[in-house]
Amino acid sequence: MQVYLPIAEMSVNALLVLGMGGLVGFLSGMFGVGGGFLMTPLLIFIGVPPAIAVGTQANQLVAASVSGVLAHWRRGNVDVKLGVVMLLGGMVGTVVGVWIFSVLQRIGQIDAAITLSYVFFLGTIGTMMMVEASRALIRRRAPTAKRGKLHRHMWLHGLPLKMRFQRSKLYISALLPAGIGAVGGMLVAIMGIGGGFMLVPAMIYLLNMPTGLVAGTSLFQIIFTTAMATLLQAATNQTVDVMLALLLLIGGVVGAQFGTKAGGRLRGEQARLLLASLVVAVALKLAFDLVVEPNDVFTISTRMS
Amino acid sequence: MSAVRKGAGRLWSVRVAGGLVGLVAGVFLAATVWAQQLVADLSSHLIAITTGFTGTEVVLFGTTDGAGDVAIVVTGPRTPVTVRRKERIAGIWINARSVRFEQVPGYYMVATNRPLDQFVGRPVLERHQIGLPNLQLGPREQLAPDQLALFRSALIRNKQRAGLYGITLGQVAFLGERLFRTNIYFPANVPTGLYNVEALLIRDGEVVSAQTTPLVVSKVGFSAEIYDFARNQPMIYGVAAVIGAIAAGWLAGAIFRRV
Repeated sequence: MQVYLPIAEMSVNALLVLGMGGLVGFLSGMFGVGGGFLMTPLLIFIGVPPAIAVGTQANQLVAASVSGVLAHWRRGNVDVKLGVVMLLGGMVGTVVGVWIFSVLQRIGQIDAAITLSYVFFLGTIGTMMMVEASRALIRRRAPTAKRGKLHRHMWLHGLPLKMRFQRSKLYISALLPAGIGAVGGMLVAIMGIGGGFMLVPAMIYLLNMPTGLVAGTSLFQIIFTTAMATLLQAATNQTVDVMLALLLLIGGVVGAQFGTKAGGRLRGEQARLLLASLVVAVALKLAFDLVVEPNDVFTISTRMS
Repeated sequence: MSAVRKGAGRLWSVRVAGGLVGLVAGVFLAATVWAQQLVADLSSHLIAITTGFTGTEVVLFGTTDGAGDVAIVVTGPRTPVTVRRKERIAGIWINARSVRFEQVPGYYMVATNRPLDQFVGRPVLERHQIGLPNLQLGPREQLAPDQLALFRSALIRNKQRAGLYGITLGQVAFLGERLFRTNIYFPANVPTGLYNVEALLIRDGEVVSAQTTPLVVSKVGFSAEIYDFARNQPMIYGVAAVIGAIAAGWLAGAIFRRV
């Protein structure tokens, strides 16, 4: 069944897009990540222009994070105060990111910039996750590992503007969560991903936040950064295709339900190792495409700027 | 991808456009019946891009007043196109040099009843822009001719890959000596706007009669509404997209809560 996408101005197979949404939704439900980092490359692969893939993903992620945050909200796993501070930074990051995006689009470097940032972030985070998960698996076999310190002091904790976050039992500089939020906002705008895979480790290792609150709080602020990115992408770059977003959403929501159930049967370290391999594989594929000589070194663009 | 959409056709509502096209075509026909040696028309003057649009075919048919060769040239709305060349910089391929062409048809197709070089010479082909080598694209930059040719052929190659420029000549079929017809295919990614369909009658290497028929490619229905909304009120469109996504996410969360 072919469906014409009004903004992307192309005809796609609806079942294919639904299936892609379902597959990514399944994986994201299984591993508890947004899955944007898989979806954007997949969309580009089936011929959706990268700019539209990114803008539309932001829209789709609004829905995904709303449905995700509901479950956490019911269990009280959202630190609203910390989330709001993060999202103030996130707003700034999103505005800057969308601006960078439109500049890159004008000078014709947006495709390379999207791919490069994917290679960089996915490569780095994926490798770190892989190392961490393998260590955890090895440690499980040799259970005599010594316990780390509960709280480490870094220079980061000496920053001004200290604030008390009762819910997370933290007394830290507001600049820290705001800064993390800003980076997250830029990722949404430039890469079309929620940035959960980067926010979650940053909140655990840099903020020393209680692990139980991390997922809910990051999802909470992702709702707002993705909503903001959708608005700005629609207004400045006109790259949000609601038809495509709807197809992705339906597939994603259904897939996520099955993924969550499948994820329950996986052990933590195994799940993380699998996810890490997936992330690294995507990064390697994208890096390969950048290095190998393209079939045609010429491309054309009719988009006005 | 998207720029070709701003053709004149977008400015009119579809119904008005259809009516106008019919009127123009009618006037053309009335005027040509007695004055011209060639009369041609299309099976449809409006290509409607709906949600289920996967490409379409339009039949051009016509008649001549005697022996002669027929060339059909279909030209889409002209818009600027930037051609970029990737170069290996620090090990990776990124866009380096670019050339902008100001007058690039979004669609271009030629059909004839036999190979062009058998019945018409170069000057005529150039004058009427028949065939890809004779298409004027209006490059803006001052470039060395060999460089320009490289970018020009890359532009045409990319358009051909997208199915928007004909790779081979289309076939005009004669039924008897006077009646002719040809099928023109428009792919799903066809740009919107006002098209020119030119039918030329050629005798002894000269164009003796020509007729231009307009053709409108326009989005209609749901996809047109979404497109116009996104273009004309981008901010409200963005707000609507966000509200829709929040509602959808909420709904999904509520439905699957008990599953």
